[in-house]
Order: sequence, then structure tokens, then C-alpha cells
Amino acid sequence: MPYARDLKSIRRLIAAHKRWDLVFACCGVLALMVGLLTFIALFVDMAIDGVPRLNWDFFTNFPSRHAAQAGILSAWVGSCLVMLVTAFVAVPLGVGAGLYLEEYAPKNWVTDVIEINVTNLAGVPSIVYGLLALGVFVYQFGFGQSILSAGFTLALLILPVVIVATREAIRSIPVGIREAAYALGATQWQVCKDHIIPYSSAGILTGVIIGMARAIGETAPVITIGALTFIAFLPPSPIKAEPPFLSFEWLTSPFTVMPIQMFNWTSRPEAAFLQNAAAAGFVLVLLTLAMNGFAIWLRYRLRKNIKW
Amino acid sequence: MATVSVASSVESRPQPSAPLVPKVKASGLSFYYGAFRALKELDLVVHENCVTALIGPSGCGKSTFLRCFNRMHDLYPGNRYEGEIRLYPDDINLLAPGVDPIEVRMRLSMVFQKPNPFPKSIFENVAYGLRVRGERSGRTLEGKVEAALRDAALWSEVKDRLHQLAFNLSGGQQQRLCIARALATDPELMLFDEPTSSLDPIATASIEELIADLKKKVTILIVTHNMQQAARVSDFTAYMYLGQLIEFGRTDELFIKPKNKQTEDYITGRFG
Repeated sequence: MPYARDLKSIRRLIAAHKRWDLVFACCGVLALMVGLLTFIALFVDMAIDGVPRLNWDFFTNFPSRHAAQAGILSAWVGSCLVMLVTAFVAVPLGVGAGLYLEEYAPKNWVTDVIEINVTNLAGVPSIVYGLLALGVFVYQFGFGQSILSAGFTLALLILPVVIVATREAIRSIPVGIREAAYALGATQWQVCKDHIIPYSSAGILTGVIIGMARAIGETAPVITIGALTFIAFLPPSPIKAEPPFLSFEWLTSPFTVMPIQMFNWTSRPEAAFLQNAAAAGFVLVLLTLAMNGFAIWLRYRLRKNIKW
Repeated sequence: MATVSVASSVESRPQPSAPLVPKVKASGLSFYYGAFRALKELDLVVHENCVTALIGPSGCGKSTFLRCFNRMHDLYPGNRYEGEIRLYPDDINLLAPGVDPIEVRMRLSMVFQKPNPFPKSIFENVAYGLRVRGERSGRTLEGKVEAALRDAALWSEVKDRLHQLAFNLSGGQQQRLCIARALATDPELMLFDEPTSSLDPIATASIEELIADLKKKVTILIVTHNMQQAARVSDFTAYMYLGQLIEFGRTDELFIKPKNKQTEDYITGRFG
């Protein structure tokens, strides 16, 4: 096309350029829809199968040989307890590591190597974590095939996510705020405790919850360390009527989790069990969406007061 | 044009009457960012209860110089000082390896270029330096916070909302809050790093007025890129260029009859 000089040819040129805007917008929408529609189709399909099965008994019954009486009590209790351990392990380790790397570690090649490895850890297949945990937690540390082992395993799995989220959140704090605190005579730990940690908590919590939302759906590593697929009792209660009121027996108890319960049901030949699996899947997806939603809300709430 | 207005704002000011007592003295001070020598053999005396201004074109090292006094450069790796900065009356070298930078920062305080309040309440911002010093008593904190806010000419504007977020204040108020925060711990020397460069003219005027008032209580060293500001607020002025101190003297003398040709070129606007 010749160099546009007059108004008419400029307009023609703009029209030609704008066609590419349209082409790209169409491609973008298409790319978005492939992912979104697939998820919606799967979710709706699962909901159609599963929702009729949802009732109070489904949540309060143990699994059973009879599909109609089977429930997810042991699975959701197991999932919740495992998540509790995961959070208790992953948060201090991840935040501690992230804080150290960002605030304390000298900027040299050792730190760089650690940094690259942390990022790479996020890409390690979860089954590898399962095998590692089987060797280390289950046998070496003697935790057994317990909630404790599963919690540690999943904590390890989401550790890179928590570390990266922590570092991102810390990096978003302006240098001026740090310098203001140092200029008043604060030590490094005072700066971390009074400023860095509180101001980055929104980002850290978001990372933790997103990590947990991933962990709750993990199946492979939990099977590897030996979660049961059929379990008809609950772990011992963490709260006791007599002093000291708290009990940690549940940590060493055998367990199952939601995705394993689903996996168990989908491998049954009877159609009624497939319905159960769809219902459990529906609950699991809702749980994940709720956790992500909570993360977004939390970020909004905590960042409202911090503008930079 | 610039000379006329600068000179006129200098001439009418009365001379400081009290005898001059040195508060800090830099001698043979060089500073290195890695291999780069940013400051070259600087000598400067800051007198007690006077305002001393550092002026010069951007990149001349005036902020780098200022940040040597409270050892801010220690926060980043690869920085190195040579020479000394002695703090009086106890005559210690602030740059000596045996002197803890945290101790130095507790005795000196700093106000930055951009207002940098913490995302906390107004009260907590001013109280933070006191808390770092281990002050626990609520009554003492309240008293000192009020006194600092009064000294920073902010009390009447914020006394009814001490527990609201500092971010809700205007830019000028935020900067006065930062001054209050720096004042609350009774510093021996206050360092101002272009404190008005991100503020509008009205807020700038109020900060300048404040600085002129504060020198009764505290010694001030201020970096400014604005010559009129140096002329308005300072008693002494140092002109820096390319990491060197070209000329230092009483502000009125330096602005009206500079001894050095380079200084004259800069303040008359022929250069810079």
C-alpha cells in the first residue's frame, strides 16, 4: 500500500489496520471460551448427575456397600484435618523462607540457585512428592500412613506457591516504607515484624489459600503415602471433655480424603456409585471455588487500607 | 532573573546571633557505590541550631552525602565509606566500623523525598520511633505524639482523627506527619532529603516555615534542588558538583557574592 497522504487513504488505512483488532479480539475470545466452556460443560454435567444425590445424609454417612446409603463423612472430615495440618506446616515454613530470601539472604549466586530451585519445585509432578513423602515421612520419620504424613506431604507440595506468593507480596512494598522504618532505628527483625509481614499479609494469605485449593484436590501423593480408600470411622476428636481438652491423637489416625473417595466410587461398576462420585466431585469443586472466592475477598479487604 | 529573587530573599534575614557550635563535621569523606566513587573528599561543618542546605544539579551526590550521616548506605551491599563524620559534643565518628548504624539512626532522624507514612494510623506513625525505643507507657506515648504533632504544625488538623489511616491525609499533611515521626524521638540532627519536591507550592511553603521554626530545637541538614528554597530556609549553604564540595559558606554570602566561578554559574542559572 502506498504511503497514505490524503484523508481518504488515511481512513482506508485505519480501516485496514482495525480489521486486525477484530481478528485478534475474535481469536482471544475463542481461546478464552475453549477453557471456560470446557470447565462449564464438565461442571454442569457433574451437577446434573450429582446434585440429586446431595442431601444431609450424604454428608453425615460413612461410605457403604449400598450406593444409596453411602456418604462422604470420613472423606470431608479427612480433607479438613489434612488441610489443617498442611496450613500449619506450609505457612510458617513458606513465609519464613520467603522472608529470609527477600529480606535477609545476601544477593549472591547461592541465593540465585535457591531461587531457581524453589521456582522449579512448583513444576515437580505431585506423584514425586508422594514417593518422597512415603520414604521420608511414612518410614524414616515413622509418621505412618496418617493425617500427619498427608498434611506434611501436601504442605511440601504447596510450599513453592507460598514462598513465591510471599516474595511477590514483600517485593510490592515500596523501598521508602522500609527505609522510613530503618531510619527510625529499627532492626531488621523489627522492620519485618512491624512492617513487612503485616503489609504483605494479604498477598501471603491469597497465596496460601490458592495453594490449599490446589492441595485439597490432590489425589496421587495422598494415595502414594497410603490413604485408605474405604474407611468407616472418624479420627479421634481433637477436643476432649476432660483436661487438657485438646488431643493430638487424630494426627496419627488413618484417613481418606475427598478426591480418593471419588476415585474409589468411579472405579465401581454400579451406576449409582458414579452418581455418588459426581456428587462428591460437585462438593469438591464448590469447596475449591469457595476457597478461591475467599482468597479474592480477603485480598480486597486487606488491601483496601494499603495504597501504593 | 533567578539571582534577583534569591538575593532579595536572603538580604532581609537577620543573622543568627548565638555563637556557632559545631554539631557534625564531615572530613575527608569519600563514598563508593561498588567501584564508583560518588563522593570525593568532602569537608563540611554543620552548626548547632542552624539550617544547612546542600544544593547542586541532579546527580551531584547531595542525597548520597546526606544518607552517609545516618548510615542508610549500610542497608545495601557493596557500599563503602572513607573518611569520617564526627558527631558532637561526644565526638564520635559515625562511620567508624565499631559504631552500630542502628545507634546512629536512633540519634539522627530523616525525612524523605516522597512522603512515606506507614499504612497505619496517624498516632501509630508518630509513635513508631518511640516504640522502637521500647516505650510502652500509653500516657507517655500520647504526650510525646501530641508534642511532635504540635511541633510539626499538624496537631490542629489531626487531633480528632489520630486513629484514622495516615493515607487519608493530603500529600503536604503526610509529609508533616513524617516530620512529626522524625521529631518524636528528639533527634540530635534532622536530615531532610528534598522534602518538598513532590508537594504543591502551598504545602511547600508550610514545610519551609516549619523548618525555619524547627531550628530552634534541632540542627537541620537539608538537600534541595531548589535554590530559592535554600536561600529562604538555610543559614549555611554548600554547593556540590560531581561528588565534590565546591563552595561552602553563609547562605547570604554564597548567594550574593560567591567566591567560586562554578557556584556563581549555578546560582545565576547559567548552568544546571
